[in-house]
Amino acid sequence: MQLKVDITKELRNFTLRARFTMQDEVFALLGASGCGKSMTLKCIAGLATPDSGRIELDGQVLYDSEQGIDLPPQERHIGYLFQSYALFPNMTIRENIRFVAVGTPAEKEAKIESGLRRFHLEELADAYPSELSGGQQQRAALARILAADAKLLLLDEPFSALDNYLTWQLELEMLDVLQAYHGAALFVSHDRGEVYRLADRAAVISRGQMETPRTRQELFHSPGTFAATVLTGCKNVSEARQLDASRIEAVDWQLTLQVEESMPGLRYVGLRAHFLAFCAPGNVTQEEALQMHPVAAAANVQHMQVTRVIEDVFSYLVMVRRADAPEARALRWELPKDDWHRIAAALPADQTLWLYFPPGKLMLMKQ
Amino acid sequence: MDISPLLISLKTALAATAITFFAGIGLALLVARLRRGQGLADAIITLPLVLPPTVVGYFLLLTFGRRSAIGQFLLQTFDVSIVFSWPAAVIAAVVVSLPLMYRTARGAFEQLNPDIIAAARTLGVSDWRIFWHILIPNTRAGILAGLVLAFTRALGEFGATIMFAGNIPGVTQTMSTAIYAAVQANDYDLAGQWALIIVAFSFFFVGLMNWWTARLNHGVRKGVL
Repeated sequence: MQLKVDITKELRNFTLRARFTMQDEVFALLGASGCGKSMTLKCIAGLATPDSGRIELDGQVLYDSEQGIDLPPQERHIGYLFQSYALFPNMTIRENIRFVAVGTPAEKEAKIESGLRRFHLEELADAYPSELSGGQQQRAALARILAADAKLLLLDEPFSALDNYLTWQLELEMLDVLQAYHGAALFVSHDRGEVYRLADRAAVISRGQMETPRTRQELFHSPGTFAATVLTGCKNVSEARQLDASRIEAVDWQLTLQVEESMPGLRYVGLRAHFLAFCAPGNVTQEEALQMHPVAAAANVQHMQVTRVIEDVFSYLVMVRRADAPEARALRWELPKDDWHRIAAALPADQTLWLYFPPGKLMLMKQ
Repeated sequence: MDISPLLISLKTALAATAITFFAGIGLALLVARLRRGQGLADAIITLPLVLPPTVVGYFLLLTFGRRSAIGQFLLQTFDVSIVFSWPAAVIAAVVVSLPLMYRTARGAFEQLNPDIIAAARTLGVSDWRIFWHILIPNTRAGILAGLVLAFTRALGEFGATIMFAGNIPGVTQTMSTAIYAAVQANDYDLAGQWALIIVAFSFFFVGLMNWWTARLNHGVRKGVL
């Protein structure tokens, strides 16, 4: 399986530009709601028409604005899992699958039975969709797509309509399905965790602009752009500029930081909330603080002040900003509860402390 | 008592409803797909519902009369004149009942989750199968209500009919126009008889519609909608 997409479409507030190639893999589009990621899926499935460009599946042109080709959805063989599952309400689960199954009558029956078994639907085969839970409906919808012999599976926010506990159950099942599925899957999501757990490769979409696809490890380790950094869950981003070969100024945080390598045209710097490291309480000198954190480089041990402490389920979220700069934007620092209890007990009255910004964890962005 | 008005009424209403059924559903699908001009198309189709029937009759006379292009064409090619004929009664009934079928069908289609149709298309189901096996079964309560409303409206049509088809006994005289003629002739007994028959008919059909929709709605739990 190979899908080549290169399309543009004018949407209400921005222009959607999607360009990528995918093979037999699980590919994810990560973006906030309304960024154009669902529209991309609709264009691939033939449910919406791009303004221009080309879509090709296994060498067959599905859409080409120059050649005037625009195959109807029926001829594209692309399965689409809707957020609402879209089972036919007037048919039982068995009838839903039979209605779309392809092949001779015997082949159809074989497909129905194997689909029902594979998705644990045997006992629900003669129930109507309205009698099923959300998770059961999703399994039925998947069984139906596989019976129609789709070459490619499109999943539109597959877990957004379900509660947390169910989501996890379904995610585990989805992993099984994706592994067993011979074709490829393309899914869209706004949940970075989902993307990281399910996808081999991913691309970020922000206001219709699709960035270069990367492996999930690459994407999460060095997102490269402001949009990707925020979408992959980084809570701390500041405008930044290069000072010299090894130092940058983080404008919003009002900090000068050392970096591992310079980046001409630097615009933003980011740091994930759990990469900040505690060195010492704020009532000691910087030299003493440095000794308490052996790996720290002097430039990146900063005198910070705690402005707010928020207790989360399994951790503390501590807001910290530069100690002598009330105007500076606070950073979010996330740490285990026990660690914070120990640190908080040692802090001086003015709630200051020495924090280390590891140079290798600073994410530098040009756009 | 001459029962020809009853037969003509039924014949006219049945023929008109058959046309209205397909035209109403077709127009509902067509207008829903329009990219622009939806409001205008909707207003034009709905207009006969709110206009005085005499205005509808007047426009029909203008459209199909001997001096109109259509009237001229029919007269010269087939040697027929529509005005004051049975087909005229059918046309009048179609025009006034169409908005009811169209609006209820459109409302019913809009109630159906569009993802269901989209899913069927991605699963390779032809538009024809989608129409008969998914769209109609899942909207049948609404379609049926539209059908009964259109039929009863066609059965009771008076204003446009008397202007466009006239009141010719045995040809275009329906129950409604028969009552008018009887009252004009001071025959209140005859008018009363027809009135009773019409009330009985209407009552029967509204009852039938309520019973039917209740039965279909009962099926909601069993999958429909």
